[in-house]
Order: sequence, then C-alpha cells, then structure tokens
Amino acid sequence: MKRRLALILLVGLVLGCTPHEESSNHITLDFWVMGSEGERVQSLLPAFERAHPGIKVRVQQIPWSSAHEKLLTAHVGGTLPDVFQLGNTWLAEFVALRALAPLDDVLSAEAQADIFPGVLAANRMSGHLYGLPWYVDTRLLFYRADLLQQAGVARAPQTWSEWIDALRRLRAHTGSAPLILPFSEWQTLIALSLQQQAELLRDDGRYGAFKQPAFRAAFAFYIRLFQEGLAEVGGELRVGNVYQAFADGRIAMLVSGPWNLGEFERRMPPALREVWATAPLPVPDDTAYPGRSIAGGASLAINAKSPHSQAARALLLFLSAPPQQLEFYRATGDLPVRMSAWSMGKLQQAPRIDAFWQQLQQVQGVPPVPEWERLASLVMRHAERVARGLESQEQALTAMDQEADAMLEKRRWLMDRAAP
Amino acid sequence: MKLPAAFWFLAPALGLIAVFFLLPIAAALLLSLTDFDIYAIGDPSALRWIGPDNYRQVFEHPLFWTALSNTFYFVLLGGPLSVGLSLGAALLLNARLTCCRTLFRTIYFLPVVSTLVAVAVVWRALYSPDAGLLNQMLGVFGIHPIDWLGDPDWAMPAIILMAAWKNFGFNMIIFIAGLQAIPDRLYEAARLDGAGSWAQFRYITLPQLAPTFLFVALMTMIGYLQLFAEPYVMTQGGPANATLSLVMLMYQEGFRWWNMGFAAALAFVLFVIILAGTLLQLRLQRRDGG
Repeated sequence: MKRRLALILLVGLVLGCTPHEESSNHITLDFWVMGSEGERVQSLLPAFERAHPGIKVRVQQIPWSSAHEKLLTAHVGGTLPDVFQLGNTWLAEFVALRALAPLDDVLSAEAQADIFPGVLAANRMSGHLYGLPWYVDTRLLFYRADLLQQAGVARAPQTWSEWIDALRRLRAHTGSAPLILPFSEWQTLIALSLQQQAELLRDDGRYGAFKQPAFRAAFAFYIRLFQEGLAEVGGELRVGNVYQAFADGRIAMLVSGPWNLGEFERRMPPALREVWATAPLPVPDDTAYPGRSIAGGASLAINAKSPHSQAARALLLFLSAPPQQLEFYRATGDLPVRMSAWSMGKLQQAPRIDAFWQQLQQVQGVPPVPEWERLASLVMRHAERVARGLESQEQALTAMDQEADAMLEKRRWLMDRAAP
Repeated sequence: MKLPAAFWFLAPALGLIAVFFLLPIAAALLLSLTDFDIYAIGDPSALRWIGPDNYRQVFEHPLFWTALSNTFYFVLLGGPLSVGLSLGAALLLNARLTCCRTLFRTIYFLPVVSTLVAVAVVWRALYSPDAGLLNQMLGVFGIHPIDWLGDPDWAMPAIILMAAWKNFGFNMIIFIAGLQAIPDRLYEAARLDGAGSWAQFRYITLPQLAPTFLFVALMTMIGYLQLFAEPYVMTQGGPANATLSLVMLMYQEGFRWWNMGFAAALAFVLFVIILAGTLLQLRLQRRDGG
C-alpha cells in the first residue's frame, strides 16, 4: 500500500513538472519588466487578456540594477521569458547573442512612422527592427527659473556660451557650483558630442574616433564646466539628496531625463512647484536650437526561441498602440514613443513636457555595437581622471582611442570573418 | 586490485570536492585560455583559443595595475591594523581586571556577524562629508571636513577603517583562545624572576602566540587580498577607481562585461599572488621561529 502511494506521488510529481499549457489551448506569456514599470504595467493587461481570451500574461518584476546580468544569465541558461523589456543601449548586445526575434512586421509602416525617428532608428540593427520602442528617454536641462531670473538671466541658455554665462551668474548669485554632472551618467557627455556630430566610432564601429575634432570639442566643453568650477567634481555625493539641494538652491541646474518630471513634481516643496522648468539642451554656438540629444529609453523584445511568438507579437502590438501608450504615461510618467499618443494627451502643450517634445524631434542613438556600455564606462573613467587633474585631455583622448581599439578587436575579427 | 576500506569512507567527500571544486577549477583554467565573451555565447564558433594571450592582456589592462596597487594598499595597511586591533582587544578582554568580559566579547564580535550591507549604510552616514559624525568629531579639533568616500586619497583609508572594524572581532576570538592556552606557570616563573608586564608580553605572550599569530596573519592576508564586498557596497570601486580591487575588476570584467576568458585569467593571477604571499609569510615566520 505504502509503495503504491509513493508511486502515485512520484507520477504526480513528474506530471506536475511537465508543461501542459498548450493542451488546454491556453498560452501563458512570461513578461519581464524592469523597475516600477513592472508594477504599473499590470493595470493595462486585463484589457489585453479580455481581447485575447487564449492568452494569459505573467509579469515578473526585475530591478534595474541587476536586470542586465539577469537577462544575460537567463539567456545562457535558456530561461529567457517570451517578452522582455530592454534598455536601448543593450540591444546590440542581445542581437549579437542572437537572443532576439526580428519585429519588422509587428507594426505597419504607418505606425512605424508615428514613432520618433531617432528612437526607432536606435532599435534597428543590420536592417531589422529588434526592439519595439516602449517609452522614450532623452536628456535635457532641468533648472530653477527663479534663481536664473534673480541671477540676471532672462531665459534658459540656448548655446554653450550662454550656458557658461548663465552658470557663472548663478554661481555668483548662489555661491556654490550650480550644475551637477555625475560621472556615472555618460549620457550627458555623449549627448554633447552628438550635438557636435561626433561619430564616436569609425569604420562601422571598428575603431574608436575619440580624437576627432567633434568629440574633442564636446569633451573640452564638458571638462571646462568642472575647471571653471561651474560643476563640482563628485558634487552628487556632496549634496546627498539632489532634490533637496535643488529645492534649497545649492544646485540650480541638472541634465536629466523624463523620470525626473515625476520626481520633481512629487518632491519639490509647494512653494517651488512653479519655479522649476525644463529646456532643450543648449547647442554649440552657431548651430540651430534645439539641437540633438541622445535617443534612449526602453524597448520591448521577443525571445528568439519563444514558442509563443504570435501571442508575444499581439502583446507588443497592444502595448505600443497609442491609447495604451497614453494610459501607460498616465500611470508611470514614462513618455510615449508614438507621436499620436502625445497629440491625444496634448502633451506637446503641457508645461515642462513640451521641452521634451522639442528635444525628441532630433535625437540620435549611440553606435549600435555590443561593446557600447563598456566603451561608455571607459570614456567616463577618463573624463573623471581629467576633471580631477590626473591626466591631460590629450592623454585621455589618446588612451580612449587605444583602449577602445583593443576592446573592439573581437568585433573587427568577426566582421572580417563574415565578409571575406 | 582491492581498494582499502579507508577509500570508501573518503569517497563521498572526495567526490563532492572533485565535482564542485576541482572540476570547476579545471574548467576555469581552460576558460582562461580562450576569449569567451558574449559573442561566444551567441555563436560558439566565435570562440577563439588564444592560449596565454589572456595573461598578457591582464598585465596590459589599463586598470590591472591600479587594482593591484589598491589591493596591496588595503592588505598592507588594513591587515596589520586589523590584526593589531584584534590582539589589543584580546589582551584587554583576557586581562584579569576586566569586568563583563562576555558582554564586551559579544559587542566586539557583533560587527563580524552583522550584514555588510547594513553596516555599509551606517558607515556611509558616518562618512557623510557634511553631516557625518566622523567629520563633526574632527571639527571639534578644528580639522576641516574630509570628503571620505568622494576624495580619491581618502576613499581607501575609509574602506580600510571600516573593514578593520568589521573584521577584527573574529581574529580577536582566536587570539583569546590562544591567550588562554598559555599556561599560567610561565607567567608565575617570569614574575618570580622579576619580569615586568612588558617583558612578560614580549618574552612569553608573543612567542607562545606565534602559531596563532601565523594562522591569523595568513587568514587575514588571504581574506584581504580578495577584497570585494566593502568597495562594492560603499563606493562601487570609485572615486576615480581609487577603491577598485582585483576581485572587483574580475567581477566587472566577468559579470558586467561578460569577458569570462579574461576574468578567469585574472582569477588565476590572483591565485598565484595569494599563493606567493602565503609562502612568503610561512617562510618569514619559520625563520623567526627557528
């Protein structure tokens, strides 16, 4: 009797372990989402499941800080979910891993034309769309309009010279370095260099191009902000809480992205609700304003090995439709990628968000190479060393090119092998 | 051939060691001779057998020498500081006149068993440049505030201070055990011969503690050469890589950038350094002892 019971238990265990979702004509889609979006996206999903009765979506929240490692490990272990969120700059890496299914036919050409062109382009690798933009990120100026006014500057700076001038006046007015530029955020320096039309990498991403005049000019400007004492080295550590420092005027400007719209809304004391503002990034003198900034944000991708690719496509189509984009914006504050969603919500006219609309007309992605994050950290390592006076700009630029070339050796080898 | 019975008793343990220890080491050694990276995960044919080239690259890596000197800085300053603190605390707790020994022993041991992340949060507050307790105390003596974790010159000392505080309790317990094993009659004999307390310490306590000392010094050195968690939670290796350690570099290359071949080679370089350090210490101690 006991033995029979054990046998039944064993059989039950084995059956319990095998997936039998298909049998009942029911598909469960696994969907990994990062950060707080993972929680908020769930309010959108019941509508999707009603429209697609055969599909259930199971959301798993992944913290941003470990998302990259988790996705890589999941890929190696063969446990990538059907659908997952990806940071735009990771896309090339996952394409190199052959982890992503091409998504060219998910959206109609018309719908694709509705997405900010720079953002869509950043998701295209070797002719295929591998990520469907979900929400956008770019960097621009957040500033205290009242302090600027008191310092004698009428409007937000539009050129680099105006920017320097405004910062000098602010410093004279408040008595402390008014700008915060953390070395952990490569996006600012890269956005400045994109304004100078810097290539960053040359020969199709085979070699570093940091010694070229365009990057050199942006780098020199970035360093000058520190050398003139307009931004403090390690200032973000010193001020501790950025919002607090912004509220009490110790800092008056920062270069940041859309998520801070919500944060400032929440954290500024009532008296300051109306005095903080945003503006597109100042451009190099003698160029048209607003200029370029960096195309960032998150995309949705489908696991190349997913057995439910049709259902996954349906989910992507649903989440990128303008009504859901607008709803998602209302839930999270993440800016929609579809321009028609902006029009539906009249976001172009909304104060502070309008600057993002202007900036997003001209955004550009980083070079689509899997090594990008590594290259960015290398650039920032040297930027920090120069700002701290540990090496000269010339030494830094030379070292950047050298180290980038060494980092890209494998890429060159693979490209040469592929093209005989 | 018949295997001796002892083999079968050892077999389970040996089997586990082989599967979970020797095999991974062998695999890592093979890995360290390849350029295994994200490209190779996507396409196995992109894996190149590059032999000792990884090891050359380790020595040419722009951050290897920084990480190496940071690690040595930590070991050479933090090691003696930590061992000295342990010995001092052990002597105090072992003294006859000390009251509430168990209480103090527990208090000193508490940092060892508390979670590093929680400790790091508290120490970050202590080190805060504006409001930190440490700077306020220095301010009483008219010393200007120090940006402990933000200044490349002070970040490593700050990490050393915290690590020594966090770890000295463990060695202290071992020293106490060593002290208690010293027979009282040696001290009695010394006192009869008119030896003062310094002479007793110098000629009885220290020589009698020599084996304990060797163990503590070795374990501390081995542990400190593998510095990782403290800078990982406190500074992420910054500012300007002033607290980047070898293991931290290994972690970044291996798990952040997925350069497994390179990271494996770095692991073996670290292994050789630890082995060399251990042999050197054994040799020095033997010469002193003999």
